[in-house]
Amino acid sequence: MNTKTKFGVGAGVIVVTLVTLGWVGARESKTYYHLISEIPTLKQSELRQRMRVSGNVAPGTIKHLPGRVEFVLVEESKALNVAYVGQDPLPDTFKDDAQALVEGKLGSDGKFTAEQVQAKCASKYEVAPTPVKN
Amino acid sequence: MDLFGSFALLLAFVCAAYAVVGGIFAIRTRNPFLVKSARNAGMAVCALIVLGVASLEYLFFTDNFSVAYVVQHSSHTQSTFFKFAALWSGQEGSLLFWSLILSFYVFSVLWTYRGKHPELMPFVGVILAAVQMFFLILNNFIASPFKMIGEVGPGGILHWITQPDGRGLTPLLQYPEMVIHPPMLYSGYTGFTIPFAFGLAALIGRYPGEKWIHLTRRWTMIAWCFQSIGVLLGAHWAYAVLGWGGYWSWDPVENASLMPWLTGTAFLHSVMMQEKRGMMKVWNVWLVFITFMLCIFGTTITRSGMISSVHAFAQSEIGPWFFGFLGLIFIVCLAAFLKNRDYLKSDNQLDSLISRESSFLFNNLILLVACVAVLSGTMFPVLSEWITGQKISVGAPFFNHINIPIGLMLLLLTGIGPLLAWRRTSAESLKRNFGWPMLGGLVAGAIAYPIGCTDIFSLTCAILSVFVILTIISEFYRGAKVIRARSGENILASAVQLTMRNTRRYGGYVVHRGIVLVFVGIAGQAFNQDKQMEMKAGSSMKIGPYTLVCQAFDSIPNVNYTAERVTIEADKGNRQVMMLYPEKRAYESSQETGTMVAIYSTLREDLYVVYAGRSPESDQPVIHAYLNPLVKWIWLGGVVVVLGTILALIPSRPPVIVLKAAEQPAALSEGSRVVPAAVNRTSLT
Repeated sequence: MNTKTKFGVGAGVIVVTLVTLGWVGARESKTYYHLISEIPTLKQSELRQRMRVSGNVAPGTIKHLPGRVEFVLVEESKALNVAYVGQDPLPDTFKDDAQALVEGKLGSDGKFTAEQVQAKCASKYEVAPTPVKN
Repeated sequence: MDLFGSFALLLAFVCAAYAVVGGIFAIRTRNPFLVKSARNAGMAVCALIVLGVASLEYLFFTDNFSVAYVVQHSSHTQSTFFKFAALWSGQEGSLLFWSLILSFYVFSVLWTYRGKHPELMPFVGVILAAVQMFFLILNNFIASPFKMIGEVGPGGILHWITQPDGRGLTPLLQYPEMVIHPPMLYSGYTGFTIPFAFGLAALIGRYPGEKWIHLTRRWTMIAWCFQSIGVLLGAHWAYAVLGWGGYWSWDPVENASLMPWLTGTAFLHSVMMQEKRGMMKVWNVWLVFITFMLCIFGTTITRSGMISSVHAFAQSEIGPWFFGFLGLIFIVCLAAFLKNRDYLKSDNQLDSLISRESSFLFNNLILLVACVAVLSGTMFPVLSEWITGQKISVGAPFFNHINIPIGLMLLLLTGIGPLLAWRRTSAESLKRNFGWPMLGGLVAGAIAYPIGCTDIFSLTCAILSVFVILTIISEFYRGAKVIRARSGENILASAVQLTMRNTRRYGGYVVHRGIVLVFVGIAGQAFNQDKQMEMKAGSSMKIGPYTLVCQAFDSIPNVNYTAERVTIEADKGNRQVMMLYPEKRAYESSQETGTMVAIYSTLREDLYVVYAGRSPESDQPVIHAYLNPLVKWIWLGGVVVVLGTILALIPSRPPVIVLKAAEQPAALSEGSRVVPAAVNRTSLT
């Protein structure tokens, strides 16, 4: 076997191993993006997958309960009840009207159990007063 | 001042455009006057951008709240420090800042090589000016930082308005590191423009030999060093500010900064193959093209709103511009490559599987796979939507499954590669070079396992780290012994002399040592623990060897924020080791809150304490404590990497060839086994 072939085989083994590892990792952590309005149309098997849903936190719905934080996420007038059960403290940006991204699973009762919550600043702090080019 | 600033930027754009057009004519006509004027235009861009930036800073320091960018990122009460840093805290300013740093690089390159390399520099000048032109288009016409705030009044007349106060810098950015992190990272991102421009120029101009690689070696190392610092500071910022106990979450923004680092590292190694053996020419130009494109791409994904990230800038209209630019770069590179690919023919072939060449090949292969993995993981939502119509994301397990084995393989290669000979290595030299380090590694593993290092990856990492460090030490020792034999100085002085004679090689070893420290720190992650508890004055919590006692809970008003602070005493055994003050700050001008983590850091472990807010039922503070072993090693490793790079940048002292062989036969016979190899390597490196 010449050197080039040997190198090719070595490289092939490494790449195949890593791709396999990546495939396993991807299966473990695959998360599907869904819109709140999409949820009722999903198939039974799709409902059991890990998913990521985004929306705005409905003002006044954040309730701190023992062991979890409950709130309602809205997107174009569709609402979703969410219970956050994760260990990490909620981000500082998480509050009324904030744009939030929740990750977790949907329960059979239609309530979403989130293990992770990401939040962006509510848009009202971001919109600048009409900048005009000088 | 805003008019002055925008005018300076506009003029900078005109100069850059002239440098491109005039430069192309200069290449065609070979008119020395045109060559010179295009170069001068390229240098003038720098001065004009400096003026533009200075006027924006002036607006910040004079609290000019009629300019939108100042309103969004500053306030009356903001400290001088952060008023200065506000320049790069938003979209428009950071793009201007990007132009500024790029123009520094361009100026230095044009100045350093003025009047030299007349066959290459005009091409380089045109490419650099073209890149600058793109960013100046953004600065002037798409995302100008000098926009005023206007309001349409009665009768449709536009009035300028001045706000009473600005909104202030986002609390997440009000952290000293934020002043230093973006400049470092941007210096890395923009710095790769230089090797890119030289690589492309050499290809287009069919510049003979490997000259462009010699010319860009230092520039690439500078960019790489800044990129390394930037990535590590970003990790440190996430660790010290975001308050989730970790430093790396495979967030798209983090990944964006890691990808060019990976390909840049591959490039730094594979250019040696071209210099020494005339191989890998096609690979090298593509590596440098890809590295530059990844720098631009990284900026794109974080600014276009294409991928959701906590750090990402708000969605904006600049996305299409960046994609257009990326497409253009790719087309130019591909066209240049297809036209001149015969110029990149390899002079040599791979001789043996166990050789320096093949270790470089494997190093490149692995770094590239890591880059592809990070890229595909980051882009997974976009790719899956294209292919299956369903948006899917992958999380940390995906990245870790691939990158942990890759990291360990790289660590192994770090130990093996530099000690393999070019072309082929004999079994005898393998045994001589690796016997003791291998044994040392295994002994370290045998000690680490019983004391709790049972995680397979951490154990492997410990074994390999010791192995690599020992190979490096033995390299220094063997080289120093040869010098000692000739000069009669002690071993330490000899080692210093050895290093100074070939700074590139031994500086590289120091960088490797730093990387090992970073790996050790990362491996510590397998042993992290954390605990969350509601605490009131007097109550205590145990984590690892520490006992945390809650002392007080108070509220402290400050100039632009109010802080809720918990005072916690950390005890180890029966001894108080540190008072910790985790805080939650509420900023008045922006109505945002920020977390201040309290960290007690030792070489052994970090005690990381977060005030997670008040419990809704009892109104008592909730404390989340983490025990993160070895984190400090990561930051120390970063320092060593930087020192090593600086060492490698220093020109080597020419070796004094005074062989005292005749007077010292004993010393010669002792060192003679090593001398040929050392001399051989010196002449090659």
